Amino acid sequence: MDALTAHRFQFAFTITYHYLFPQLTMGLALLIAVLKYMGLRGNVRANEAARFWIKVFALAFVMGVVTGIPLEFQFGTNWARFSEASGGVISQTLAMEGVFAFVLESAFLGLLVYGEKRLSARAHFAAAVAVCVGTWMSGWFIIVTNAFMQHPVGHEVLDDGTIALVSLSAYLTNPWAFVQYAHTMVGSVVTASFVMTGIGAYYTLLDEHREHAALFLKVGIVAGVLSSIAIALPTGDLQSKMVAEHQPITFAAMEGHFETEEGAGLVIVGQPNMETMTIDNPIVAPRMLSIMTHQRWASRIEGLNEYPRAEWPDNVPLLYYAYHVMVGLGTMFMALMVLAAFFLKRGTLRKKRLLLWALLIATPFPFIANTAGWMTSELGRQPWLIHGVMRTADGTSLQVSGGNTLFTLLGFMGLYALLSLVYILALVKIVQKGPATGSASESH
Amino acid sequence: MLETTWFVLAALPLIAYAVLDGFDLGVGILHLRVAKTDDERRQVLRSIGPVWDGNEVWIVVGGATLFLAFPRLFGVAFSGFYLPLMMVLWLLVFRALGIEMRHLMPHRLFDRLWDTSFAVASALLAFGLGAALGNVVRGVSLDEEGIFFAPLWSDVFWPAPGAEGQTGVLDVFTVLCGLTTVAVLALHGALWLASRLEGVVAGRAANDAKRLYVAALVLTVALTGATAWVQPNLTHNLGARPVGIVFPALGAVSLAVLGHAIRTQRWARAFRASAAWIAFLIGSAAYAIFPYVLLARIPERSLHLSDAANLTHALTVALYWWIPGVLLGASYFVYAYRQLPARVPLHEDAGDDGDGADTSEE
Ligand code: HDD
Ligand code: HEM
Ligand code: HEM
Repeated sequence: MDALTAHRFQFAFTITYHYLFPQLTMGLALLIAVLKYMGLRGNVRANEAARFWIKVFALAFVMGVVTGIPLEFQFGTNWARFSEASGGVISQTLAMEGVFAFVLESAFLGLLVYGEKRLSARAHFAAAVAVCVGTWMSGWFIIVTNAFMQHPVGHEVLDDGTIALVSLSAYLTNPWAFVQYAHTMVGSVVTASFVMTGIGAYYTLLDEHREHAALFLKVGIVAGVLSSIAIALPTGDLQSKMVAEHQPITFAAMEGHFETEEGAGLVIVGQPNMETMTIDNPIVAPRMLSIMTHQRWASRIEGLNEYPRAEWPDNVPLLYYAYHVMVGLGTMFMALMVLAAFFLKRGTLRKKRLLLWALLIATPFPFIANTAGWMTSELGRQPWLIHGVMRTADGTSLQVSGGNTLFTLLGFMGLYALLSLVYILALVKIVQKGPATGSASESH
Repeated sequence: MLETTWFVLAALPLIAYAVLDGFDLGVGILHLRVAKTDDERRQVLRSIGPVWDGNEVWIVVGGATLFLAFPRLFGVAFSGFYLPLMMVLWLLVFRALGIEMRHLMPHRLFDRLWDTSFAVASALLAFGLGAALGNVVRGVSLDEEGIFFAPLWSDVFWPAPGAEGQTGVLDVFTVLCGLTTVAVLALHGALWLASRLEGVVAGRAANDAKRLYVAALVLTVALTGATAWVQPNLTHNLGARPVGIVFPALGAVSLAVLGHAIRTQRWARAFRASAAWIAFLIGSAAYAIFPYVLLARIPERSLHLSDAANLTHALTVALYWWIPGVLLGASYFVYAYRQLPARVPLHEDAGDDGDGADTSEE
């Protein structure tokens, strides 16, 4: 394996694995804060439910921490030339994330997990809010970093190739970052609400923990229906318009749009064929791409044919599939959650066993959708490391060979396989034990 | 001046890391020895459970601050120490499993595995972090381009100044640094246990502390001599910037206070003295390399502070948020530590634990 491929593979693997956990913790932190708030208002079940979810949260948080630290380090270990060139800019937000976000969440996590008996109800609620704010801030700083790579602002390229920071405020208020943050955070709420709903459905189908399960379903479905709608409209829609405007090549590739057209159709399914530059077995919604992108019947959408191949993302079919998986799953999430909300409102959800089964089985899919979304944005960014400024091939650490990187990549794979096993065993144990009745503060 | 300020600022989170995570690493090194029964092991883990993750966060802040202040150093050093750093990352994973799995997934058999994982990973990490610091003090084999790739070991075992050949991560000097760190952090951990636990475990830790103090003292003296031998920049700095003598001097004072506190069994005070000692040890190491951020075996190739530093604008704006941010962060830590019980009891019912309500099982 050549060094560039090994570096890219390792970063992609480790960050994709990492993001399985923060997408759960960021969303759960919000739902836990909501449950703690309901508890504060006198709902005893909500407080017990929060205690259960804090365990799920703590487990995922530990996983997020141990898999996150390697990412921070990899900027230096594997992407030394990128770090040296862009250190003036991206180090600001990476350090801010540490100073403002990680310190906050990790200081209060201990109080959230261990502190219920010692703290007053209010202080424990405050700890839940602090952890939530911490995780959401860490999301912001990392998204700003990534947004700079997608759409660099606030910088200047010097003669020696160094990327200098010109305006910190412009960098921190990158318009790309706002849209990306909104979409990513909503995606994280989708994950957490599907997990909460899924476990609620599981207990309901088993007829265990009745009252708690009803609460999980209620909170999960309300959050789920809101976030499943918001993930498409307005946030997903804004994302695609932004990509169409600033990264037209990426846009054409992810839509599977090879030839420039006026009144372009939207490819719903089909397989990109890179030899013939067409979509095999296509199902196309005529004119929809033009309508969705420009709100015009016959607007012109550039195809990949307009651009030299060296400017194309290097894996067009994977990019196309990733995008279509995300959008396809998003559509299904919306349908499922709207249906569930309908029966929840009518009060007959408990009896709809088929729907409960669907909600249970849906639990892992938001993880897939989020991963596919990130693959869309990261593969779509290729061949650029910083869009229009620095190529991915110019960012690696020169002295770290492919062989050494493959060694560590295999090491991470083995280690993360072990982590997954332990995580699943521990999660199953928590779910089997289930939420308990009783109150920690009563025993005071 | 700006660059020197950042040299000092960048050292602060690293010192915070050594002092804070230092004691939970030390606890890990000792816990198989000082805690024999299941209840005792749980007691030990409960004393660090609420804080270890927060302690570890300072290495992330430290790494990111190095990146912010000295991007060139971040790139050169992190890629040069590629393999040892990756191994450190893996050890962090095993340690986290060792600490957390016991309460997330209690199991009669596997608890043993987690205990061992916690102990071995803690000891290796302490050793590795010490050896890493040793490499920085000794200097690395930077080439004409100013980059290097350190093998884990090479045939240069005695890294005398001017010794020919590529240096590896492990040699006589860095192994000595690693062993010293294990002893120093084990002592630090023993003092935490002695001052923060109730019952027999605290007593055993106190006994260990006495012996570890002697070991740490002897190793530190040997290390000081060895440093003067491998790194001429230290002696040069003592001549050129004599004020810096305060670091080793204050280190020696803390060491004396520490010895006295141990003899008179004032464990909380001993813990604070050992924290100060660790801080001054790192301060002394920073002083030994100043004004370089990475020393080369061929002195002219050393990476000077001003060549590694970020651009002026980036460093200036960062001062405005970094300093308040770190102070704010430190205040959360003060608050969180204040919420800890004065001494952790043997049984959880008497105090606080993670899953308040399910006492039915216990
Ligand atoms: C639950 C997860 C989820 C779901 C259902 C969707 N997305 Fe998404 N999407 C993400 C989770 C996500 C993400 C993981 O959060 C990404 C990766 C980068 C980012 O900003 O968000 C993303 C990226 C992303 C991008 C790429 C931006 C870029 O190239 O930088 C576009 C164009 C869309 N999304 C659009 C959509 C549309 C039109 C959806 C319609 C239903 C949709 N997403 C559903
Ligand atoms: C958590 C969600 C993310 C996922 C799943 C993800 C996924 C990926 C993938 C699949 C690649 C490989 C692309 C390729 O080589 O073709 C990649 C590369 C990379 N990503 Fe991300 N990414 C995520 C977020 C981020 C963020 C937030 C940053 C910046 C802070 C970032 C920085 C990078 C860098 C530096 C590379 C290597 C260079 C490159 O291939 O362009 N990623 N990522
Ligand atoms: C969209 C992409 C990402 C998001 C939203 C994200 C968010 C988070 C969150 C919320 C945590 C807290 C732990 C947890 O809840 O699991 C975390 C941990 C961590 N993340 Fe990420 N992360 C992302 C990608 C990255 C990248 C690219 C890096 C590398 C710079 C990174 C570095 C870290 C580190 C170092 C930790 C451990 C923090 C600690 O010790 O508390 N993350 N991440």
